[in-house]
Amino acid sequence: MVEIVNRPYASAFEAHARANPDVLCLSADLTSSCEIDGFRDRHPDRFLSLGMAEQNMMSFAGGLGMAGYRPFLHSFGVFLYRRPYDQLIASVAYPRRRVRLMGFLPGITTPGGMTHQAIEDVAVMRSIPNMTILETGDATEVESICAAADSIDGPVYCRVLRGSIPRLFDTPIAVGQMRELATGGDVLVVTSGIATEEALRCRAALAGAGVSIRHLHIHTIKPFDRAALLDHIASVSRGVVVLENHVIDGGLGSLVAEIMAEAGTGKRLVRLGLRDTFAHGGSRAYLMQHYGLDATALLRGIEDLLGAKTGIAEDDLATARVDAVHSAVKAEAL
Amino acid sequence: MHNAKTTAEVAAGIRRRVFVHAMRNNGGYLSQACSAAEQLAFLYNEALTLGAPTLPPVPPPFGGVPAADNPDYVTGAGYNGPATPQHDRLFIAPAHYALVAYATLVEVGRMDVAGLEMFNRDGSSVEMIGAEHSPGMEVHNGTLGIGLSTAAGLAWGRKRRGEAGQVCVFMSDGEVQEGQTWEAVQAAAHHRIDNLWALMDVNDQQCDGAMDSVMEVRDIAAKFRDFGAVCVEVDAHDLDALRAAKATPHPGAPLIVLARSSPTQGMSFLRRRFPRLHYVRFKSDDERAEMNAAIAAELGIDPVDLAQEAH
Repeated sequence: MVEIVNRPYASAFEAHARANPDVLCLSADLTSSCEIDGFRDRHPDRFLSLGMAEQNMMSFAGGLGMAGYRPFLHSFGVFLYRRPYDQLIASVAYPRRRVRLMGFLPGITTPGGMTHQAIEDVAVMRSIPNMTILETGDATEVESICAAADSIDGPVYCRVLRGSIPRLFDTPIAVGQMRELATGGDVLVVTSGIATEEALRCRAALAGAGVSIRHLHIHTIKPFDRAALLDHIASVSRGVVVLENHVIDGGLGSLVAEIMAEAGTGKRLVRLGLRDTFAHGGSRAYLMQHYGLDATALLRGIEDLLGAKTGIAEDDLATARVDAVHSAVKAEAL
Repeated sequence: MHNAKTTAEVAAGIRRRVFVHAMRNNGGYLSQACSAAEQLAFLYNEALTLGAPTLPPVPPPFGGVPAADNPDYVTGAGYNGPATPQHDRLFIAPAHYALVAYATLVEVGRMDVAGLEMFNRDGSSVEMIGAEHSPGMEVHNGTLGIGLSTAAGLAWGRKRRGEAGQVCVFMSDGEVQEGQTWEAVQAAAHHRIDNLWALMDVNDQQCDGAMDSVMEVRDIAAKFRDFGAVCVEVDAHDLDALRAAKATPHPGAPLIVLARSSPTQGMSFLRRRFPRLHYVRFKSDDERAEMNAAIAAELGIDPVDLAQEAH
């Protein structure tokens, strides 16, 4: 049974900030929603409430960076790039301020609908010069995201999970590396964020069906270790399937496609994720099933790549873990 | 630094240099020199505590953008002196005032006149819209409305570090149409940031023309006060009034000085162009010659030799 950790960001951020006096905590009216309410109460002198005014918060953070501070901006991911995009570019990205953008509710991890779902954030951030992009996929990665982000000499955007999170890994994020979760020889599966947990649900069934999977979990999307990916692609016979909690355009799947095309690997690629569509509000399990982001979608993608059915039925997959929408570990149902 | 000139002399010099430059280059940001000459002269010659420049008098060529593989990158802030705790910092928020700001640097001896000749030349750091690598600039402000927020963040940080230096933003009134300006004022007031002040050139002009015709902004002094700032209004061309405004106490709040200016001050000929004053081009050779003679006379200099200087 997988260990479930409640609110790992809260204690992880506080511990990191206590050890680093130049770390500041900024919030735009989503303090408890981003699990920093305890930090606010215990360290009010290092907590800056900037209200529902993200454009100012972004440029203000640039100014704090000029004064030698390393501000951690806490909000839902959408509010860190959609509304304040101009400020993100001019005040943070261009001058390489050491600003850490902690974006909660990545992709469809929220029933908040279009306005709350950061489904194209990786595509946007990947195209910004000087930007580093990290994504968390389990409790250990959330626990290590602050130190990982704060090790970067420049701006960093992080997709951060909150609430009840499974522990899948026992080592912290090593920026720039990728996790090898399986080393089979038929199909390379590349996942990030919550998609990795879905891929793990397929593991036993695929092994039983005789499909040998090589599985990579990606926490560092930019910069990316191209050579390592190409080595893994060379180690599989059939091709690559990417599953991401994001639109398939511009995200991890596009990144893998670019690398494969430029290297001329000549292998097939199946990209899974939101297919040129916005999502709507609903539970995470419902949205993952509805939009083809879950273990079943990955299984069908692998079958597409193989050109054959595996004989695996949905019931054969490991049981999906369902979060309670009104969980006590979330500040609100969003 | 020792003041070699009076502030009034610096202001007159700014207008002359911008005028000559515009004449030679078939147009330019003349009205910004008219409205802002006293303000920028006041900032550099009196109001700000700045150290000696840390960058060479003749600006080096463009040295690349900030990047992990460009470790030698520097901003243009060195022309305002070092970023030491006791010194003030200045942001020129309306980056299209760059030519006026560069002329000011020349007038106060912080940049060689050769720097002005590099204005808007390919490969130069003396860019038309001031970039953060341009002389006297420390951040990009070409996207209007971000300067005050950045300054508020820097000021909060400097206050936390116990630094004596203040943070000043030279602003333009068109920026009050941007919502971010009001976000910045409310945040600065909420966090009691009082080592921050702004001098705003209120010339009632913007790119499309007179501000009232583009978007009415109504009583901006009252709005700044309602958002929590201390705000005073003065005649932008009255140096004693600027001095008194700067001395206004503003404990626990930022100070906004609204400097009501004329976009044709010192170059009356430009009134013919009202209200299209954002960037002045010449409609004909005859008009250029007429403007050359009229404005040169008002500024007390010889007309620019257009035949010799044209390029």
